[in-house]
Amino acid sequence: MTIEELNKIKKSREDLVKVRKIIAEEGEKLAKKTGYRKQVLVCGGTGCTSSGSQKVLEALDSELKKQGLDKEILVVRTGCFGLCSLGPIMIVYPEGAFYAQATPEGVIRVVDEHLKNGKICKDLLYQETVHEDGSIISLYETNFYKKQKRVALRNCGVIDPENIEEYIATDGYQALYKVLNEMKPDDVIKEILDSGIRGRGGAGFPTGKKWQFAKASQGDVKYVCCNADEGDPGAFMDRSILEGDPHAVLEAMAIAGYTIGAHQGYIYVRAEYPVAVNRLKIAIDQAREYGLLGKDIFGKGFDFDIEIRLGAGAFVCGEETALMTSIEGHRGEPRPRPPFPAVKGLFGKPTVLNNVETLANIAQIIRKGAAWYSSMGTETSKGTKVFALGGKITNVGLVEIPMGTTLREIVEEIGGGIPNGKKFKAAQTGGPSGGCIPACHIDTPIDYEHLTALGSMMGSGGLIIMDEDTCMVDISKFYLNFTVDESCGKCTPCRIGTRRLLQFLEKITSGNGELEDLDKIEELANHMKNSSLCALGQSAPNPVLSTISYFRDEYIAHIVDKKCPAGVCKDLLRYEIDASKCRGCTLCARNCPVGAISGTVKNPHVIDTDKCIKCGLCVKNCKFGAVVKK
Amino acid sequence: MTEKSLNTFKGTLVQERQLKEVIAKHHDQPGGLMPILQEAQGIYGYLPIEVQTMIAEGLNISLSEVYGVATFYSQFSLTPKGEHRISVCLGTACYVKGSDKILEAVENKLGIKSGECTPDGMFSIDSCRCVGACGLAPVMMIDDDVYGKLTPDQVGKIIDSYVNKKGGKKE
Repeated sequence: MTIEELNKIKKSREDLVKVRKIIAEEGEKLAKKTGYRKQVLVCGGTGCTSSGSQKVLEALDSELKKQGLDKEILVVRTGCFGLCSLGPIMIVYPEGAFYAQATPEGVIRVVDEHLKNGKICKDLLYQETVHEDGSIISLYETNFYKKQKRVALRNCGVIDPENIEEYIATDGYQALYKVLNEMKPDDVIKEILDSGIRGRGGAGFPTGKKWQFAKASQGDVKYVCCNADEGDPGAFMDRSILEGDPHAVLEAMAIAGYTIGAHQGYIYVRAEYPVAVNRLKIAIDQAREYGLLGKDIFGKGFDFDIEIRLGAGAFVCGEETALMTSIEGHRGEPRPRPPFPAVKGLFGKPTVLNNVETLANIAQIIRKGAAWYSSMGTETSKGTKVFALGGKITNVGLVEIPMGTTLREIVEEIGGGIPNGKKFKAAQTGGPSGGCIPACHIDTPIDYEHLTALGSMMGSGGLIIMDEDTCMVDISKFYLNFTVDESCGKCTPCRIGTRRLLQFLEKITSGNGELEDLDKIEELANHMKNSSLCALGQSAPNPVLSTISYFRDEYIAHIVDKKCPAGVCKDLLRYEIDASKCRGCTLCARNCPVGAISGTVKNPHVIDTDKCIKCGLCVKNCKFGAVVKK
Repeated sequence: MTEKSLNTFKGTLVQERQLKEVIAKHHDQPGGLMPILQEAQGIYGYLPIEVQTMIAEGLNISLSEVYGVATFYSQFSLTPKGEHRISVCLGTACYVKGSDKILEAVENKLGIKSGECTPDGMFSIDSCRCVGACGLAPVMMIDDDVYGKLTPDQVGKIIDSYVNKKGGKKE
């Protein structure tokens, strides 16, 4: 591959991809030039695939063939668009018509009415994109997308991730050429340092520094690793990047390899992500075929290749030293640092380990320059951050925002607020290592420093929204259950500390808590923070500590009043029948699995609390709202 | 070992030959034990002590080392799994939306607990951490099919639809 060949491929496909970014007349003109009148993009990410996008694609293909339209209309299977709750998502360009929750039946209509006869099926569009006067807006003008700034996700939902030429058409591999052709390793490091980018995996260590240390280490063999062991429950941005734009990661790893002097890269990816693994394999094969991985890349004498290693379901392997131990084929236990991986990492050699999202930014920083990147974000946190927005929020999905955007903007504008008229209670960031941000801090700008100051952390980017029905004690118990399961057992503070913390919480949620337990929790938590071997144990107390500090009254309600205000903790719940509302229809008594409800027809019924197993069936069955949880 | 006697090892010669090929393929690769275990589980469906012994001998390492790795990762199973593998996601997004009740409904339906297999070998239940389909929470997977936006009362019907289906694993 030479730069001329690369540019030739880029040119041949550039317009085709550009049509997906510009809407209306201009897009139409461009579409004519490409030979395809229209393009239909269907999301092939995990979320939409689970909602049935494969069937939509098949219906689309067969219907287009049947109608003889397959030569003038291009179907592209892309990565994640971000709005997973509306899947399967299908977008038609150049109009930018956004079809939500597409079905095979709907597709047949779209082919017939829209693709063939040019009449958009407005009733099948995402409602927010249809105005009252009947005009439609594009996806990018919706509330969900408007405030976003897509850098790491720039190609997700735009290109076909299984076709390297589509990546090349969006300036792919130009940065690698630039680096090999005109930059010395120290120039690359300076550019990355100047951009201010920090690790997106959680801790936020400056990426340029990492590369600098690894380059400075002596050694003939060095490695570049990509951490794609996205273990935080509720976080799926790395998966979406791998599924939607795998070459961005490969290109960045090659750049890192050139910079530190490595010739071999490893991607450690969760086995639970079959789609991502498959796309990575395809991407690596294609890159080798095009000479963008392998020997003598661009004829510049630089060799670099990448191997995939599958994880096997251990959360702790997201920790850098544990990840490397796992690639080496051992139990994935962390090692003490120092020595840091930059000095003694994989197989004892100097190693750079970066997270997927971090890598997805690198090529763009090289192409557009450090100044461009550092113009986004806040003083100390540059660039953008991808969050996986989940929980009790209307627009569940993937969002990328400039650092410094407030939590309120994310929840109320991008996220579309809390469904069912409920109130926002807290947002959890950082997964099992993070904490909860309460409603009173909703105007906090999101960056590394502010989140840490609030007792949470950036983490990898899970953002779980909770409403008033979420019990904060129960949620901390949930996270501790997780860390107890996932603690590798190597060091005592984590192995025993997490279990003891969980026991305290179980005591509290079962109604046996004492006030002094709160002090004991705090004392134990501090010991764990100070003495655990790796970040898993050091940060495991965060969910408990942050909820105790912001929702102390809820803990006290559990301990002193023996009540769970959110009505979640079963042992503290009582079901009662409001005699004034009960009509004596006997429906609840007939459905009670343990026969705890008694009463005669047309007279108010009563629940025997001793017999009640708190299954909630009576609440579900009562047509008069007479059964109340207390 | 306290494994039940019904789990006697029933490996075939064909499987053994496949395993030997896998061991030979990864023998000289640094860190080859993990890929070998993953592929061995693909061949046998689980990793009984007999298979681990063959791997240890093939790689010339101790059985305890193989066993240590096999028991560390939750993906590896030392006991057989059901014909249809059910996993209920207990990741945060699913949990906040009530996936614990989905798990309970699955357990009640099949009369076994998470981590167990029905006596007829048809179904096994596991809980998993986030399949990444958070937009559809709460989610459960049966074999390779994902069921999203579940309520506990849908569970029984979905499981019933698998009762007469053979072979959960895709070739």
